[in-house]
Amino acid sequence: MDSSVATPPAPPPPATPPPPQGKDAVEGSATWRLSDRVGLAICWALGLLFCAIAVAIVAYLFVQGIKFLKPEMLVTPASAGFSQGESGGFSDALFGTLIVATMGIALALPTGVGIAVWLVEYGRPTALARITESTIESIAGIPSIVLALFGTVIFSSTALGFLSRTSEGVVFGRSFFAASAMLSLVALPLIVASTREGLNSIPRHVREASYAVGKTKAATTRRILLPASRPQVATGAMLGLGRIIGDTAIIIVLLGATQNFAPVEDASFPLNYLRGAGTTLTNFVYEASPTGNLNQPEKAYAAAFVLLLMVLALNAAVDVVHRRARKVGTWSS
Amino acid sequence: MNEDLSPEYGPRWSDQRVERMLGALVCAVVGLLLAMIVTVLVRAWPSFSHNGLAWFGPGGSVDEQLNAIFLSGQGGAEYIYTFHAWPLIWSTILITGGAILIALFSALFVAVFIVEFAPEWMSNILQPVVRFLASVPSVIYGLIGVVVLVPFIGNHLVTEGQKESVAGIISLTGYSLLAAITVLTVMIAPLMVSIFSDGLRSVKPGWLEGSLALGVNRWRTTWKIGVRTARPAIVAGTVLATARAIGEAVMLAMISGSVGFAPNPADGLIFIFEPSRPLAPTIVKNIDQLSSPPANATLFAIASVLLFSATLFSLTGWLARRSMQKYGSA
Repeated sequence: MDSSVATPPAPPPPATPPPPQGKDAVEGSATWRLSDRVGLAICWALGLLFCAIAVAIVAYLFVQGIKFLKPEMLVTPASAGFSQGESGGFSDALFGTLIVATMGIALALPTGVGIAVWLVEYGRPTALARITESTIESIAGIPSIVLALFGTVIFSSTALGFLSRTSEGVVFGRSFFAASAMLSLVALPLIVASTREGLNSIPRHVREASYAVGKTKAATTRRILLPASRPQVATGAMLGLGRIIGDTAIIIVLLGATQNFAPVEDASFPLNYLRGAGTTLTNFVYEASPTGNLNQPEKAYAAAFVLLLMVLALNAAVDVVHRRARKVGTWSS
Repeated sequence: MNEDLSPEYGPRWSDQRVERMLGALVCAVVGLLLAMIVTVLVRAWPSFSHNGLAWFGPGGSVDEQLNAIFLSGQGGAEYIYTFHAWPLIWSTILITGGAILIALFSALFVAVFIVEFAPEWMSNILQPVVRFLASVPSVIYGLIGVVVLVPFIGNHLVTEGQKESVAGIISLTGYSLLAAITVLTVMIAPLMVSIFSDGLRSVKPGWLEGSLALGVNRWRTTWKIGVRTARPAIVAGTVLATARAIGEAVMLAMISGSVGFAPNPADGLIFIFEPSRPLAPTIVKNIDQLSSPPANATLFAIASVLLFSATLFSLTGWLARRSMQKYGSA
């Protein structure tokens, strides 16, 4: 360090201000060629178009929904009538949606979490893991109308006659059980993907710490890994719920073409409804739209408005879960 | 693992047993998919075996054929299976292809915008918007299509002269390829945007910075480096969206026009105003014919075509996404 003794103190560096941070540090588009700037303009235009479409959908359904939705529609079932004022509301459809959503997610959530845990934590033999992954991907791609047709075959079999209406040995095969079982397949891939993402984001040392204190793999999964990936499981469940609520093809095919609950006679209270046919909001909108059999557009607006509110609520819930998970923070290694 | 060490999880929840239970669950789901493929194909076989490859070809009116098939199953007479699905397949190709092309273009720009160029407030708005558009039920899109878009096309875009020119063959009321493609584009573009922007975000920042340091502007850098690196994500998103579009049944049943007619692009621009009906809505529209055995076989034959193509597309998308992981995302 003798050089420091000899040299005089260095003059301060020329006073250039540090490059401004934040927005100004990013190169603006003013210097770009015209073609690039046209491209950026297209970006803006399409982005604004997306926003405009979303706003238009929400605004249109809100306006129409508030105009035509009457509170009594939510509590009166649909009935035969000559005008739109006489033919009741859509309470059966509303409850049908709730039933289908509950039963569908109750089937899909344990199955999906189980599959995800097996894929991430066990996953042997490897060949089976590969096959399972591609199976889940295929299920995600299968059109729901195909699932529905497959459902008619399964649930019309005599062995499953206890799940739907049976008369003189012929199984009807359309019931809340049938529709919910097939709808759970629609939600399954979303739950598996989201849960896997959560489990994969937990670093190895967390598992090793748990093994080191003598916990088994099963106990580690149950006590450490699943609680830690709760936000992702919840996200997957809510995305799946959104798909179940929004699906129409399976409902049209597998819930019977009725506008009311059609409970079976030979069963006690909850089962007689679940084994019977029914309807949901999506089916109601389909039938009440100008192309459907009912053709009551005012009620279609009202039902679509209720459906849209449900979807918006689910979206908001996903956002809240995301934000909370981010606040808790991630694993540090 | 020594199972005795864990007091709360005794032998009842031992590792071996849990692994076997979960393994059985997994096998059951795999088995279910195989059973579905086999069932659909077995049910579809009579229709395919009677028609051979002519099943996919043109010939006659599809709607009359479907009706004859259904009626032959009602009486005691011999079953009729003659079915030439070309108008339905052609309609599927036109609607899906058109929607995919428009959605690919716009989704790519929007994804680039969200990831690179949008100011923060804008991308904070756009991301929830994209998620919302992806989660709107298809029947709501169908309803809006029927009450807003279809009358608009029918009353304002189609001229009287055009209506008269095809009056003897088909009526132009607004239920058209144009309406179907527009609404389908809005439905699948958000799906593509979310996969594309995931891909663009996982491009290594060093690669982009390298290009910027050479004096290439941000726009060129994004397209030459970012978009090219994210190519697997773009393939995956496009292919997955195609699978979704092929299987879309309810919305298209509402606004495609539901006529077994093959619009011909050679007729000039008028073909986008012509109604048609793709494969999936055909199942929805004829679902009450399932009780007639030949109609049942025909509907399952349509379903097997959908199943085959959708599975093919979604597996391709899955492979493309896997190759993206192999590149090593940041």
